[in-house]
Amino acid sequence: MSNDVSINVAGLNHWFGSGEARIQALYDVNLKVIRGSLTALIGPSGSGKTTALTLMGCLRDVQDGSVNLMGHELNGASADLNVALRRQLGFIFQAHNLHGSLTALQNVLMGLQVHGTADSSGQLAAARHMLKLLGLGDRMDYLPGNLSGGQKQRVAVARALVGNPQVVFADEPTAALDSESGRVIVEMLKRLGQVRGTTTVMVTHDNRILELANRIVTLEDGRIVNDTAP
Amino acid sequence: MIRFLQALFGRLPIGWLQLTHSRTRFAAALAGVAFANVLVFVQLGIMNSMATATMIPYGFFLADIMISASDANSMTEGGNVARQWMFQAMEDPEVKEGTGIFVANVSWQRADKTLGLSTYGVDPTQTSFLSPEMAARTGTLQLPNSGILDRFSRGLPRDEAAAIRPQSPLSFEVSGTTLTLYDTFAGGGGFGGDGYMMVSDQTFLTLFPARSSGAPDHILLKVAPGAHTEVVVARLQTLISDKSLRIRSYATAATEDLRYQQTKRPTGIIFGFGVIIGILVGIVIVYQVLSTDVADHLGEYATFKAMGYSQRFFLSIVLEEALILGVLGFIPGFGVASLLLAGMARATTLPLTMTASMAAIVFVGTVIACSLSGALATRRLAAADPADLF
Repeated sequence: MSNDVSINVAGLNHWFGSGEARIQALYDVNLKVIRGSLTALIGPSGSGKTTALTLMGCLRDVQDGSVNLMGHELNGASADLNVALRRQLGFIFQAHNLHGSLTALQNVLMGLQVHGTADSSGQLAAARHMLKLLGLGDRMDYLPGNLSGGQKQRVAVARALVGNPQVVFADEPTAALDSESGRVIVEMLKRLGQVRGTTTVMVTHDNRILELANRIVTLEDGRIVNDTAP
Repeated sequence: MIRFLQALFGRLPIGWLQLTHSRTRFAAALAGVAFANVLVFVQLGIMNSMATATMIPYGFFLADIMISASDANSMTEGGNVARQWMFQAMEDPEVKEGTGIFVANVSWQRADKTLGLSTYGVDPTQTSFLSPEMAARTGTLQLPNSGILDRFSRGLPRDEAAAIRPQSPLSFEVSGTTLTLYDTFAGGGGFGGDGYMMVSDQTFLTLFPARSSGAPDHILLKVAPGAHTEVVVARLQTLISDKSLRIRSYATAATEDLRYQQTKRPTGIIFGFGVIIGILVGIVIVYQVLSTDVADHLGEYATFKAMGYSQRFFLSIVLEEALILGVLGFIPGFGVASLLLAGMARATTLPLTMTASMAAIVFVGTVIACSLSGALATRRLAAADPADLF
């Protein structure tokens, strides 16, 4: 693992609502995530984990403070920059968010076609390979409605990773999986970090996989209360 | 189909896959588009039939210039024109000949119903002012109290019309005069009368004794070969003393009559509104379908946004859906409308037909309306952060 910083968060504040109904979700969060590392964000519900994740992953506009993602400042970033950065990221959501009208293979293909469709046969081969890696070789033509919860989550993982993202953001990626499958996913993420320098930031409540993380950051009430960073 | 669309769009045909995921909803959406198409087709068909019906009597005559009273907005409306103006017009060196035509309505009391016939009184010896079909049939008009009848008159059985021949004429009473029909011609029921009849000007004056031979309804003029009609019209407007008269080319008179029917008469305004309403219904139906589809797939679209797909991508999906709905919905709409128009034509004898131009206009309009609806339906996606959509 290098010492390069993939994500640099400084003085990050975030709130929801306005006026008297305004609720602050993050208070002066500071965080540096090293390239190739696997960082776990833990904490009770409502502690701001997912909010921090969505801000780092440019899914939400930064209101106050700085978030530098792969060398680009997200505070005040243009819509075009957000689109360009998102194409270098991988997202694994808690509710898989697969497209119900597309087969497993087509869903994974969407993770590649965002980069263009010039090499459609190559993309098809890559999508098939990723699904086989995750044990879904015989489920490629199934619609999500005909897959189990765990299978859907594995398709979502395949979709997030098939494009070789530089950073992966995962929100409870193992919640719908058994311990064996969950461990396989997280080990894959860790191996990607070691081999390709893929950085992973993961929100999780799953104690079974915490030991695999390089670093555990604990949030409570919008503040970092513990950080096992070396 | 998927491979074809994939080749067409250069990506997975997500719009097609979304639409066809639920066959029932897809069928309902297509039915909605088809319904809107039928609405517009029927209204357009009625408007076109009004235009065609308006032009029918203009097709009976051949003329270059028409002189009418100032209040004569159509062939059958307005006051009379003094024949002296025809003679004054013929002083122009480029006006070759002229004739007057009389117009009035005749009621033919039949056993089952009364037919209203727009009747034209013409000089049967001046056949150069008549269309070839009319000219071939007006020989018998030189007989007193004779006429030729529109064989497509509404309420007239076709076999009865077909039997009217010089060898087997048909007579009926009009205002105490026995009128004998010796032949038929192709006309057609309109929105005003049930059909047409042509008689000699002398027969006309017999049927309508209050009318004067010196005051026809319109004067038709022919110009000399090589003369420019509009130039002659301009000269006549200066030459003729009565400045209130409408002196126009025959083609202009027909065009202005049509515009009057479409924009000033209640039927034209109502049918025009009908077309607009049909278009609006179509837009609303497609917008409802597409916006519901966007709402149903908001989570998926938000995920694609998070993956780095641009607004243009979402617009392309919704436009893909709009085009599919527009094209596939047009086909049954066209079929049903064709059948409806044919049925209405049979029932009313109005010239209601499906034409290639109507089909092209409605198809292009459907695609545009669907695209507009699609563009409106994606507005919500443009403004939101992906995180807000989860």
